[in-house]
Amino acid sequence: MGSITLEQVTKSFGDVDVIRPIDLTIEDGEFVVFVGPSGCGKSTLLRLIAGLEDTTSGRIVIDGKDATEVPPAKRGLAMVFQSYALYPHMTVRKNIAFPMRMAKMDKAEQNRRIENAAAVLNLTDYLDRRPGQLSGGQRQRVAIGRAIVREPAAFLFDEPLSNLDAALRVGMRMEISELHTRLKTTMVYVTHDQVEAMTMADKIVVLHDGIIEQVGSPLDLYREPRNVFVAGFIGSPKMNLLQGEEAQKRGAHTMGIRPEHIAASPTTGTWQGTVGLSEHLGSDTFFHVAMPGLTEPLTVRADGEVSLHHGDTIFLTPDETRIHRFDSAGNRMT
Amino acid sequence: MARAVRPGRKALNTAIAWTIAAMIFFPILWTVLTSFKSEATAIADPPVFLFFDWTLENYETVQQRSNYARHFWNSVVISVGSTILGLMLAIPAAWSMAFVPSKHTKNILMWMLSTKMLPPVGVLVPMYLLFRDFGLLDTRTGLVIVLTLINLPIIVWMLYTYFREIPGEILEAARMDGASLKSEVLYVLLPMAVPGIASTMLLNIILAWNEAFWTLTLTAAKAAPLTAFIASYSSPEGLFYAKLSAASTMAIAPILIMGWFSQKQLVRGLTFGAVK
Amino acid sequence: MATKASRSAARLMISPSVLLLLGWMLIPLALTVYFSFLRYNLLMPGGTPFVGLENYEYFFTDPAFMAAITNTLLLVVGVLVVSVGGGILLALLIDQPMWGQGIVRILVIAPFFVMPTVSALVWKNMFLNPVNGLFAHLANSLGLQPYDFLSQAPLLSIIGIVSWQWLPFATLILLTALQSLDSERLEAAEMDGAGSFARFRFMVLPHMSRAITVVILIETIFLLSIFAEILVTTNGGPGNASTNLTYLVYAQSLLQFDVGLGSAGGVVAIILANIVAIFLMRMIGKNLDA
Repeated sequence: MGSITLEQVTKSFGDVDVIRPIDLTIEDGEFVVFVGPSGCGKSTLLRLIAGLEDTTSGRIVIDGKDATEVPPAKRGLAMVFQSYALYPHMTVRKNIAFPMRMAKMDKAEQNRRIENAAAVLNLTDYLDRRPGQLSGGQRQRVAIGRAIVREPAAFLFDEPLSNLDAALRVGMRMEISELHTRLKTTMVYVTHDQVEAMTMADKIVVLHDGIIEQVGSPLDLYREPRNVFVAGFIGSPKMNLLQGEEAQKRGAHTMGIRPEHIAASPTTGTWQGTVGLSEHLGSDTFFHVAMPGLTEPLTVRADGEVSLHHGDTIFLTPDETRIHRFDSAGNRMT
Repeated sequence: MARAVRPGRKALNTAIAWTIAAMIFFPILWTVLTSFKSEATAIADPPVFLFFDWTLENYETVQQRSNYARHFWNSVVISVGSTILGLMLAIPAAWSMAFVPSKHTKNILMWMLSTKMLPPVGVLVPMYLLFRDFGLLDTRTGLVIVLTLINLPIIVWMLYTYFREIPGEILEAARMDGASLKSEVLYVLLPMAVPGIASTMLLNIILAWNEAFWTLTLTAAKAAPLTAFIASYSSPEGLFYAKLSAASTMAIAPILIMGWFSQKQLVRGLTFGAVK
Repeated sequence: MATKASRSAARLMISPSVLLLLGWMLIPLALTVYFSFLRYNLLMPGGTPFVGLENYEYFFTDPAFMAAITNTLLLVVGVLVVSVGGGILLALLIDQPMWGQGIVRILVIAPFFVMPTVSALVWKNMFLNPVNGLFAHLANSLGLQPYDFLSQAPLLSIIGIVSWQWLPFATLILLTALQSLDSERLEAAEMDGAGSFARFRFMVLPHMSRAITVVILIETIFLLSIFAEILVTTNGGPGNASTNLTYLVYAQSLLQFDVGLGSAGGVVAIILANIVAIFLMRMIGKNLDA
């Protein structure tokens, strides 16, 4: 109930190959996040699963049945759109009731599910308002409510939090995660924000240029990125990637070390550099350090108390156990 | 931007503009006034403007003597009828062009608009003969068919522009919610497009009501709408200015009022989007 | 969004309109061309023999033909000059700060919504009539002889009547275009030292030129087919003085019942209109991408 498998799925728009062959298995009940930069194909992939686009080739299997030729209305999936896509001429109640009305569900059952969903999502007071009278967060919840009442095999989320302001985003993130814990339904979630991916996912699928770069749990991707792209994409601030002498010393073409795995000191350390820009967040400070032989400055995280200024000399010691090594093709070296 | 304009300048603009506007509107005003005069007063020299014995006799005469109601009803039937028929054809067409565009969509739209450029006189002969042979001459049905055909491109164009303003995602959501195509159009698209559809209907009723080629060449006494009925005053007997004015006032009043509310639609519909 | 299912639905939904318009285009057109090659008079019994280009010869050598072409062009150009020229001036005027702009607009727009037969008859009788018309009364009050407009200057009179109807259209379109001109750009130009005339010449006029072109092209398409106004005022006369191509074909087809000749005339009218249409389509095509 709620497992989705993609077999050799491709999608081209005219001459442009947006999705190269992709194989992916999503288990029942998983919270899977598709993440990647703009244009990587994550939304397209979601829409293929939803049935809003046809695949160019390949199969989509939902709960063991081939759904490749099945229209979106009949796939048993529910989608929450980035712009919420609420019906502006209907009240919240009618919006949420719509899918059940299309399924010709019995009225009493419809009402029961609406009341349920409204209670879970804190919408009970708004049932008779129109979307135009609601705030962004409330609209988001109505969209989710409309999806819930269908009791679908899986929920599909297409960048649902992108249109919300930052504070709201954090709150809604938690609400969606709680929803997942509660309903235990499969959720496929698309975002370009790797923080959302890391905090919400059971499994992350990193996409780039139409192919899957890596699939794994958030910590897997953090600790063992399979290639340079994933290494640079996951983690904020970005992992430092160095080439040249230091990399070769460790037997790699490119070496990576996260800002949080470099110790900084005003007096001693393996490397020496000059402090450039520094960002003080209060709890942490991030130094951008210019190093001889490197074109890009290194980003280093230090405890908030360390006090160094622009132009000061700084000493850095990387944690050798946390160094990532990549070969000339960009792939992880074991 | 609010910058103080010298009141003198503003007054001058107002004076000139109102004068010219009054001159342009005058013939309409004169017609309405004359409709309330007796025939003798209507041709009086020097002309009488406001102070005369207002009478409704012309309105009564026109309605009694010439079956005015029938012609009025003909106009209503063919305007509304061709609008409804046009909508039934155009809504699906506009849906497909706005929401499932293909690489041919633009060409099809342009071709449709180009059919409006056909000079009607170019097909007068076959239309007349076809109508004669099919018993459509002097019938409201025949006129509804012709008016639908000549205005269909405009209806399709206008609906297309209004549909494009509706976010496609909302229709996709309906599909995900299990809606069939019919449900999607009926329960989601049309309710959202009501203002656009109303605007289109308004414009089309105006265009059909005022059409003055086919309504003059393909009708005789039975199906003649107001355009043709008024044309019968071109060779009248005796004094008739006041009656003409009454008939004219009744014929143009509904459309004048509708027109005043549809200026934006007029620009959108008749310039094919080239002017915004 | 495009799936196989939605694409085939789309094709189905668009076909009734496309098929009907295709039929509307092809069938009567083909018949017109066909009839133009026949000797076919509704009043004369007997067959309708094929006579090749005979109708076209008759048509082109008919003195009425040259008159009709000339009159058609004069009508179109005349109305264009008055309506577009007047429209530009009126649009500029209405755009100025004033009181009651809304009412001015409504008054100026009104004539466009009056049906052509009403406006023609109102003008013919209540204004232009040399005995009872208002212009006649005005002449009398000034001690002048009233002028019989429709007899002595029929084409000019019709140009006047039709211009009165189309001036509002041009004004409305041009006013809309004028008001879409970003006032900030004009202010910037003013700060840069450009006077009113310079601003008009280098900013307003170019911005409006697109709208002006559209108005000219659309009006031309409709003006080529002026009919009702001629029918109810002069019937093309005196003689052929106010006959245009549309009226000529009408007269031949439905008054003289020579449908063969009328069809040839119809074909000529179509060719003329096509030339204009090509220009208009280029203009619109650029905009459909927007």
